[in-house]
Amino acid sequence: MPSDTKEQHLKKTPLYEKHVALGAKMTDFNGWAMPLQYGGILAEHLAVRENCGVFDVSHMGEIAVSGDGAEQFLQTLLTHDIRRLAKARWIYSPMCNPDGGTVDDVIVYRQGDGFLVCVNAGNTDKDFAWMRLNAPSGVIVTDLSAHFSQIAVQGPKTEEILAKTDTSEAMLIAKTGYTGERGVEIYLSPEDAPSLWDQLIEAGATPCGLGARDTLRTEAGLPLYGHELSKDISPLEAGLTRFISFDKGPFIGRDELFLQSHDENRRRLVGLTMGGRSIPRPGYAVLCGGAPCGSVTSGGPSPTLGAGIAMALVTKDADEYEVLIRGKAEPASRTELPFYRRRI
Amino acid sequence: MLYSQDHEWINVKGDVGTVGITDHAQSQLGDIVFCDIEPAGTVLSAGDTAGVVESVKAASDIYSPVSGEILKVNEDPADDPALLNTDPVANWLYTIRLNDPSELDGLMDEEAYDLYCRG
Repeated sequence: MPSDTKEQHLKKTPLYEKHVALGAKMTDFNGWAMPLQYGGILAEHLAVRENCGVFDVSHMGEIAVSGDGAEQFLQTLLTHDIRRLAKARWIYSPMCNPDGGTVDDVIVYRQGDGFLVCVNAGNTDKDFAWMRLNAPSGVIVTDLSAHFSQIAVQGPKTEEILAKTDTSEAMLIAKTGYTGERGVEIYLSPEDAPSLWDQLIEAGATPCGLGARDTLRTEAGLPLYGHELSKDISPLEAGLTRFISFDKGPFIGRDELFLQSHDENRRRLVGLTMGGRSIPRPGYAVLCGGAPCGSVTSGGPSPTLGAGIAMALVTKDADEYEVLIRGKAEPASRTELPFYRRRI
Repeated sequence: MLYSQDHEWINVKGDVGTVGITDHAQSQLGDIVFCDIEPAGTVLSAGDTAGVVESVKAASDIYSPVSGEILKVNEDPADDPALLNTDPVANWLYTIRLNDPSELDGLMDEEAYDLYCRG
């Protein structure tokens, strides 16, 4: 049975008091006291798929990159082509080690003459150190995480909800998210966050915790650092090939990733749907023809599909696998990712 | 009714006990989406795994509060695991023939269990 979290040593977002007042069950997420759930994960999941949910994602890190050569620096640091920002409001990109392992996966925005890089909460310090280490003189890397809060509004009714709220204080509103639904992520100063949070809920958005965030992103086939990506898992293995630009010029990890791209025996991330009622969980062994071939990276019940689903990193390319659940090999069919795609 | 430290309840009549999970357990677990209990005839020692319930987030073993043989398994929670959230007492998991009724002395009454949950 889960035990209550000792919250006093954890970092708190500006919305911590709001979560407690809403009766959230809090959890330790990478050193942050974050809401796991309010009313219940299934209800929150459904609210995002059918109406609108609001998430506190203030724990995410924000690192500014500016100065002469900032664009070229990011071009070397990230696997994706930063020049796409000429046309796009934002780009998603892995950031690799020289050996092709993943330091983090990030979103980059253009901010004035410079860039804002949104990084995973648990990786903020590591990313900041990595970026500073690699930055040439003239490029300024600043950890602005303490100056930003983030609220994600996700679901088909996002526009209706936003129309009833005042977002004029927002520093950045991006049409991004981590749920597979339309929606926005709003960057704003910590002192403005509680008021917007209240307005969004008043307007009808359902407060949602990390539990629903995880089931939603798993259905959407989106990677979570520490699961589908890590220093030992390359973005190529995780199926993120479209975010690796081999033709843009040199970047950290390129040589190793290029070799991997020609290795047909490399590990690959597959989607699995369970045949029976059983539920795959992270770490469970995956078998192919009875022989171990990898493990589940993310898994759980899919509220939308009504079946157990998993992403798994495997060495065998097949249509049918088994997942070892409490000693039993349970059949699992390979499913093209994402498991869930929203209606346009 | 008696309670274990692992948040199971047991109701004993004669030498047969009915076992389920407590309201505190279901509340801590959140939405329960899977329930599987070992089949009738399984012989368990106190503390053995009698089955598993899974919430959206995690799998939790059910530990038998007493030793004995499983007599009957309630199929309702297996068919509709959410029943364990709505009424974990009506929706018992299994009945067991007790080997050693003295094991009941190691369990808590309602008052002690309430204190234990608040602890």
